[in-house]
Amino acid sequence: MPVSIRLPTVLRPQVGGQATVQIEGSTIGEVLSTLVAEHPGLSGQVIAEDGALNKFVNIYVNDDDVRYLQQLDTPVADGDEVSILPAVAGGAN
Amino acid sequence: MTRYSSVLDLIGETPMVDVSALSPNPNVKIWTKLEGRNPAGSVKDRVALSLVEQAEADGILVPGAPDQILIEPSSGNTGIALAMVCRMKGYHLKVVLPTNVSIERRQLLEVFGAEIIESPGSEGSNGAVRMARGLAAEHPEWVFLYQYANPANPKAHYEHTGPEIFADVPEITHFVAGLGTSGTLLGVGRYLKEQNPDIQVWAIEPPTGEMVDGLRNLDDGYIPPIFADLGGAEILDRKTVVRPRESIEWTRKMTELGLFVGISSGAIMAGAVRCASQIPEGQAATIVTIACDDGWKYLSTGAWTDDIDTVVDRASKVIYF
Repeated sequence: MPVSIRLPTVLRPQVGGQATVQIEGSTIGEVLSTLVAEHPGLSGQVIAEDGALNKFVNIYVNDDDVRYLQQLDTPVADGDEVSILPAVAGGAN
Repeated sequence: MTRYSSVLDLIGETPMVDVSALSPNPNVKIWTKLEGRNPAGSVKDRVALSLVEQAEADGILVPGAPDQILIEPSSGNTGIALAMVCRMKGYHLKVVLPTNVSIERRQLLEVFGAEIIESPGSEGSNGAVRMARGLAAEHPEWVFLYQYANPANPKAHYEHTGPEIFADVPEITHFVAGLGTSGTLLGVGRYLKEQNPDIQVWAIEPPTGEMVDGLRNLDDGYIPPIFADLGGAEILDRKTVVRPRESIEWTRKMTELGLFVGISSGAIMAGAVRCASQIPEGQAATIVTIACDDGWKYLSTGAWTDDIDTVVDRASKVIYF
């Protein structure tokens, strides 16, 4: 079942300029592995060499940061929206 | 006590108001702490005072000495609070401010005599942080308190905001607050978990929007040093994004309870409502949120009065957190 993955501008050149790609998978880990396998230019960008999420990247499933759900084991379902975003200062308030 | 010798003595001890009328779950109570009651108008008064007093205690700033210059990146409230404290204490403040903040935030900095250095709006708070760090490195004679990396920021919340919340609402089960520098979440979250490890801490973020489009590579990403240094990932239980439309809708809904609060407070209320709706049926819970500031500084955005689609579009382009 495909989920939609939204990529930040900085990563789009690695996926042929697309803003969104459709990927099959039942967990975030599976989806990201497939994404990197299909677009090898992303290798090392989203997942670090030790297999964990790059610390400067936040992954959201329907607006929830997966670091505080089940990390790479976070389940995804058909129609879920996954966003990959660089970590930024949310605002100094 | 109703007589105060200094405005600085008015910082903190803010009121807590029951907003459970907006809770989607009858078993979940929601309280909000009105930080707009601080004298310079926001939760950041606590941080500004703590940063300056710690620097004075450390001898970095010397009260009464001439020509002391501070530089700080801020999208508004920290700058305004620091400007007020610096005006009272005789320090000169330079604020690095992204161009896309509301006009009222900019004017309030000028009210208290701060000098504004503009950073590109497209780079958001990250751009302001980067520019301030560069200027501070070029001018070692300036004092750079750097709220994103200064433990005096979360300390203000650990020593004051957290204890005030626990004293007022000891039955608290969830704390929901905004994530910017992470100072509020770290300080209050750590204090509350020390009192009761079962208390859940939720961080609410605004969408990064166009801001991340300005990043050239992922390493331009930024994690506040205090978040990494003080174990932020262990303190947070959940981190979730609230979008501009929901933020504006809840900012408007809060007026039904007589609460005229800023747009980030609406976003945090939306997060609290999301939290309440996820509490299992039959289980009681008590959520405490922070209303960071009042609505005055956002009147020019038309947040309460203009067509919602227009306001949402406008809110997507300004920094309101």
